[in-house]
Amino acid sequence: MIASGFLRNDGRKGIRNVLIVTYLVECAHHVARRIVELSGDSQVHLVGFPGCYPNDYALRMMKALATHPNVGGVLLLSLGCEGFNREDLAKHVAASGRAVETVVIQQSGGTRSAIEHGVAAARRIKTQMDEAVVRTPFDFSDLVVGTICGGSDGTSGITANPAVGRAFDRLVTAGATCIFEETGEMIGCEGPMGDRAMSPEIATAIRASIAKAESYYLAMGFGSFAPGNAEGGLSSQEEKSAGAYVKSGHMPIAGVIKPAELPQSPGLYLLDIVPDGAPKFGFPNISDNAEIVELMACGAHLTLFTTGRGSVVGSAIAPVIKVTGNPDTFRRMSEDMDINAGRVLEGLADLDQVADEIVALIKTTAEGTETKSEELGHREFILTYKTFDQAGPSCLPRAAQPH
Amino acid sequence: MMSAVILLHADDNVVVCRRTVAVGERIAIEGSEDIIARNNVEIGHKLARFALPRFSKVIKYGAPIGSMTETAEPGDWVHLHNMKSDYMSAHTRAVTGDDQ
Repeated sequence: MIASGFLRNDGRKGIRNVLIVTYLVECAHHVARRIVELSGDSQVHLVGFPGCYPNDYALRMMKALATHPNVGGVLLLSLGCEGFNREDLAKHVAASGRAVETVVIQQSGGTRSAIEHGVAAARRIKTQMDEAVVRTPFDFSDLVVGTICGGSDGTSGITANPAVGRAFDRLVTAGATCIFEETGEMIGCEGPMGDRAMSPEIATAIRASIAKAESYYLAMGFGSFAPGNAEGGLSSQEEKSAGAYVKSGHMPIAGVIKPAELPQSPGLYLLDIVPDGAPKFGFPNISDNAEIVELMACGAHLTLFTTGRGSVVGSAIAPVIKVTGNPDTFRRMSEDMDINAGRVLEGLADLDQVADEIVALIKTTAEGTETKSEELGHREFILTYKTFDQAGPSCLPRAAQPH
Repeated sequence: MMSAVILLHADDNVVVCRRTVAVGERIAIEGSEDIIARNNVEIGHKLARFALPRFSKVIKYGAPIGSMTETAEPGDWVHLHNMKSDYMSAHTRAVTGDDQ
């Protein structure tokens, strides 16, 4: 046992017990934010979807997030006329055994009364959540960890990312589920990555996902390569890819999943974040938090975020642990960094020591200790439009059969 | 004393700076001849380990990470001004005009 978890009706266990206040269109954002602010509770988080037009992906994502093991209750904020299927979402949440209420602003009589109704509803949901708490031993086999990199530089790929890779090796060996992603940042790595697949079908799925990413990004006109990457010493997409890929460690790859799909057995998974079909709604993920949100929708209890240039973000719902590979960044932004992998460059630690430190911090975070971004109040969240072919059992195998 | 650079793979023709390196600095590379830095180069950036002809592959982590667009001498900074991706263009903040 590594911590005491929150048991949910589906058998999954959370490491936090969060009430999410969810706006279902930008028009309901202000009312939702005021309800969160007035709660004065660090475990009441704001999430939402800005668009008025319906989107199957966004609905699937919201269903997955509202029934995430870290979430204990849900308050939905609707303007009233938007396309989001609030009834379907509320029904899904209620069926999971969670407390859920919906406030429709047009029916509540406007901003002030909707806020009043929402504050009262949040209080009721909180009470039900407290009454429903069941604490249970939480083991590595219950744990789902995601990893992303943001603000990468020339140090990320030789310190923070390989250290996370070694932490992933330890976690998978201990029975946990680990997810790495951003296939657009794996362009050029498809050969060695396919060789690590558990089956030929998975190898084919891995290579297809990278080919899709390359053609999608080419259509967008840019790779996943930001100006700061170049300022930090990275010169090409494939150089960034080689450095990003090492976050996945050395374990065999058990499957390729898409956003809002839950891995069916422990192991290491690649999350294919690039939309299917012709490019439609713009860049696959417009910023780092869009990737964190997709990892959470695949069940990630927390995210290991590696950075060279220095990121400050956290996330609603699931804690973010920030690992910097650049010792100068650690000194400059130490209040935001949980782990200094830059010590490897200075000869003060080796990758195995940093990996051990990461695993130890995952345990204390699972026990409830706040990460730097949680302490600082970071609760970022972003969800936008995408299109995915829905994967069903008939579309598999993209994953190894459970033994 | 610890070397100012890391050679990540024996096949690499670039090395990565562990710290900011000054022009004229003599840099020891494990299992390889010393180079003299020909530019001031920041942490995480790359220096040429050998002379790199135009169009040759840049090798880091033992794998190609792009191609030289200019010739580099040993100790030259290797970056967007003298190499480019073999996959897709990088975007930068500065307007540099048509780099095709």
